[in-house]
Amino acid sequence: MLVPMTLLRSFCDPQLTTAELAARLTMTGTKDERVFHVGVTEPDGFVVGHVLDVAPHPDADRLRVCTVDVGAGVPATIVCGAPNVAAGQTVAVARPGAVLPDGRKLKAAKLRGILSEGMILSETELAVGSDHDGIMVLDPPSADGSVVSPQSAGLCAGMSLAEAIELSSDVIEFEITPNRVDCLGVYGIAREVHASTGATLQPPPWVEDPGTTEGDAGGAEVVVEAAELCRRFMVRAFDGIRIGQSPAWLKARLLWAGMRPISNVVDITNYVMLLTGQPLHAFDFDRVAGRRLVVRRAADGELVETLDGETRTLDTEIVVICDADGPTSIAGIMGGARTEVAPNTTRVLLEAATWNGANIQRSSTRLGLRSEASGRYEKGLEPEVAADGLAYATRLLIEICGARALPGTIDVGGPGPDPAVIRLRPARVAGLLGKAIDSDRCAEILTALDFAVTPAPAVDESGVLEPTGALDLDVTVPYFRRADVTREVDLIEEVARIDGVDRLPATLPPRNGAAGRLTHAQRARRRAEDVLVGRGLDEIVGWSFTDPGLLDRLRLPERHPMRRTVRIANPLSEALSLMRPTVLGSLLDVARHNVARGAASVQIFESGTVYREHGADGPGAATATKVTGSPADEHHALAALLTGPFGGRSWRGGGHPPAADFFTAKGLLAAVLDTLRVDWAVASAGWSFLHPGRSANVLLGDRRIGFLGEVHPLVADAWDLERTAVFSINLDVVLAAAPPVISYGGLSDYPAVLQDLSVVLADDVSADRVLAVVRANGGRELVGVDVFDVYRGDQVGPGRFSLTLHLEFRAADRTLTDAEVADRRSSITKALAGELGGELRA
Amino acid sequence: MSAIERIGEIRAAAAAAIEAATDTRSLEDLRVSHLGRKAELPQLLRGVAGLDPAERGPVGRAANDARRELEGLIDSRESLLAAAELEHRLSADRIDVTLPGDPPQPVGRLHLLTQTRREIEDVFLGLGFSIVEGPEIELVHYNFDALNHDPTHPARARSDTFYVSDDVLLRTHTSPMQVRVMQREPPPLYVIVPGRVYRPDNDATHTPQFHQIEGLAVDEGITLADLKGTLLAFAQAIFGDERDVLLRPHFFPFTEPSVEVDVSCFQCKAGFRTDGSRCSLCKGSGWLEVLGAGMVDPNVFAQVETLRDGEPGEYDPDRVQGFAFGLGIERIAMLKHGVPDLRLFYDNDVRFLERF
Repeated sequence: MLVPMTLLRSFCDPQLTTAELAARLTMTGTKDERVFHVGVTEPDGFVVGHVLDVAPHPDADRLRVCTVDVGAGVPATIVCGAPNVAAGQTVAVARPGAVLPDGRKLKAAKLRGILSEGMILSETELAVGSDHDGIMVLDPPSADGSVVSPQSAGLCAGMSLAEAIELSSDVIEFEITPNRVDCLGVYGIAREVHASTGATLQPPPWVEDPGTTEGDAGGAEVVVEAAELCRRFMVRAFDGIRIGQSPAWLKARLLWAGMRPISNVVDITNYVMLLTGQPLHAFDFDRVAGRRLVVRRAADGELVETLDGETRTLDTEIVVICDADGPTSIAGIMGGARTEVAPNTTRVLLEAATWNGANIQRSSTRLGLRSEASGRYEKGLEPEVAADGLAYATRLLIEICGARALPGTIDVGGPGPDPAVIRLRPARVAGLLGKAIDSDRCAEILTALDFAVTPAPAVDESGVLEPTGALDLDVTVPYFRRADVTREVDLIEEVARIDGVDRLPATLPPRNGAAGRLTHAQRARRRAEDVLVGRGLDEIVGWSFTDPGLLDRLRLPERHPMRRTVRIANPLSEALSLMRPTVLGSLLDVARHNVARGAASVQIFESGTVYREHGADGPGAATATKVTGSPADEHHALAALLTGPFGGRSWRGGGHPPAADFFTAKGLLAAVLDTLRVDWAVASAGWSFLHPGRSANVLLGDRRIGFLGEVHPLVADAWDLERTAVFSINLDVVLAAAPPVISYGGLSDYPAVLQDLSVVLADDVSADRVLAVVRANGGRELVGVDVFDVYRGDQVGPGRFSLTLHLEFRAADRTLTDAEVADRRSSITKALAGELGGELRA
Repeated sequence: MSAIERIGEIRAAAAAAIEAATDTRSLEDLRVSHLGRKAELPQLLRGVAGLDPAERGPVGRAANDARRELEGLIDSRESLLAAAELEHRLSADRIDVTLPGDPPQPVGRLHLLTQTRREIEDVFLGLGFSIVEGPEIELVHYNFDALNHDPTHPARARSDTFYVSDDVLLRTHTSPMQVRVMQREPPPLYVIVPGRVYRPDNDATHTPQFHQIEGLAVDEGITLADLKGTLLAFAQAIFGDERDVLLRPHFFPFTEPSVEVDVSCFQCKAGFRTDGSRCSLCKGSGWLEVLGAGMVDPNVFAQVETLRDGEPGEYDPDRVQGFAFGLGIERIAMLKHGVPDLRLFYDNDVRFLERF
């Protein structure tokens, strides 16, 4: 909210600079967003002038040569282009040397051959109004010839312009938190200034209401049909209105607060809103058909033309104010064109209403129409503020527009409920804040904020003496804080913020029995990530969002579990409309991004969440109630992608390392899983997005926990990638399986016997089957077996391959004899021959 | 010349020769020539048995002493020479130590967001907090209702929140986990909740996904001053020991009182750099806005009480109090490392990733 300091200081002036004041208010909860200056920066050179004579310019049809008394003895000659300049006017003049608000420094200059010793100013040039059709006349005659602006009385030529009108102001833009509806009016902020600084607060300008309650309000009639959305509706009627421009001070303040001056009546409603927070609307009473206003929900598709000339289509959630001819304005949002105040208006029906904030917010969003009024209403205004606004507007209409208030006020709904009285215990203040603030100080702060404070009675309702009662306070909440302050804790916040939360001590919590530590799973997750980082992979953080096309680019078949995606109902775009069912898409996207930027190879991983709908077996979405587990199936995945050579080139020869392939990825996967000491395996299996011959399931026991393989060339192509190897595992399952503690298993002091064994096998025999047979037949002295060499070629013949294994035998309690080892070896070779058709290679 | 005198001569000559030896090979020759089987001294020793009984003792002793002394001299001289010779040999075996290590070891990096998250987690672990995580696809109930957001709160609007259905959304903050963890566990509770959150904005200062860390402490007698002390410890750990924190009153639906917390700028003093220029990081204010916090609103405790299966009254606001805070990991990382644009975190350009 934009607050001109001239206006704020007229109610409470703490004698602080604007910056100091902004800083002070920020520390009590009304934060400044920015501070700026409007109007001229220096008043020097700006004076009141009196136009003595106006003559045509000899060489220019549009220019006039004016003789202006600027109080300098000899009148100044000023060339002026404004059509409305006339002898006898009192005007604003900038003398040579003056600096205009736009930064221009004025010099005496020849205009079409005539030296102009200054400039007669328009409102726009001074930044005090929006009228740029002509110069600003400081004492514009009103319709009956009297002087409208009280400020213009006593103006004389040559006096500083700053003494005549408000030439400039600092403006603070405040961030008003949604609980502080009272600060949507400048007076509310003035009250904050008062409480924060102790400076005197002027009484509110609405305390004296020149209007009356007795009377028929000019015969107007109000019917509120939609009472559930209209808490209060107040109306007063006025006649004798003279529509015209507002006085300079009013225009300037509105302009500086970000509102465009329009006409005196409209400006008054806006100015009152600026001060009180209460929006008002002025109808031209003579254009209200039937003199009767009806507040009702609009019909679906009903149309209304608003003040801005647009025709709006309504629905039944939108409230309209109608006269006998139908809707005239949209409640709380914008007035209608049909009954708006016009230059010839003489009678006005002034409305101040209280609407349902949520409804106004919805309607304004639905219509795409936001106004100063709707922005305030949607925060939820209190009904009493409508009466305040109406009272102050009545006074200004009388003072500025020459209006006469017709007797009577229509008030449907009336004021709000009686104020709440809340007990405040200073002991509780200290208990919550960690700093004692005594009873007197609490009372002082709350009183400054217009709460009524009395000492709590020393007896309870049944007449029994209360031992702690003496320092407690009973606090009555003013109507303008009704929604925000309902409990003791809310009062404590008031006390805390004004006393200064910046002055609290810094202490640490008691930590009763609490000890901070990572869980085993959290430590193991860090470990898994660190293993990949330690091997040269960079971690990425991908988007959780993906596009539906991903599923097709991954060639996922219908009914594949990864197609059970969670869809966002209101995505930023279709491309960001699904929650990713796999990290693979993120990795491929990032790989493409980097390859496109010239990376010769990419080695990346992500440790992050993937999302699917609950399957039939999971806690289905249908059974998820408001108080149970998560509404979707989420797990933490660890996935890596490698493309291009993995590792650097040695300067000692050997050339580039080969491009990463299945086995590179498997080696990294093994490093992760072996570090966590889980018992894992892979088994050849088809995945639609993987190379059919280089694709595997990752297994933990019997459970499939992910995939490993080279990306299908068609899929790689869709991401503009060459050979790419990937793996992805459900890390949650792995972490749960990782043993938290490893027990000591004994170290044998006896020597190992190491042997190599080469066996020739048919091509379709897998290495893990060979290893399984070897382990099963090696006896418990076989403590290690590794694949050492794989050979295909002439020496073993077509359709066959040779596998060389490295065997390690060791006994815990003795040195193995040659005969024992030979015996084990022979069992192994027999089994290999018998079960797998393996032949020993010479 | 008596035998004893002869022994003295041999000893002196041999000692001089040993001292004069310049390499281990000539020293070995000296060992053979003076102490070898055919050398004079051992022969003298062997001949002791044939001497007059009165001489046997003194001569034998003298010869033995001389032999031991010479052995000692040779050994010590040898170790000296051997060391010098090894030194000489090694210094000739010289490599170019400035060549790169081999084979090259690739160096990977954790993403800056992970590094920052872990750094923050470790600070709070040290302060006695544990880490919990919660679902990102969340029930409206936990994200808003249970956190005291009124039914018409603007944050619920479809322009401010991603919805999956009427009662399911992408969590807009890590705060729903406050309620879930209190529902699950009794006080005292000291937890932080790192995680990914979502809001429909997309520009240089907003991405539709970002990361927060929620903090929650519920115990008997927790105060706003405790919140300040905790956040001061956090700020000093992350931004330097000289940092201070400033609490400013603010409003959040689920805390009361609520505050915004600034940390004193680590690139200037009170808004000005050492060269007198206005600090661009804090825009001359001397403070950086870092997080929102407050005391857990009694209405949140009341909600928790209705959700819990445990003993009633464990979260009675007359019995326990709590503070909560929420900070943005991206914000902390951007401030600390001078990252100018939020989107850099999600581009995952390896040059960016490997920078940190």
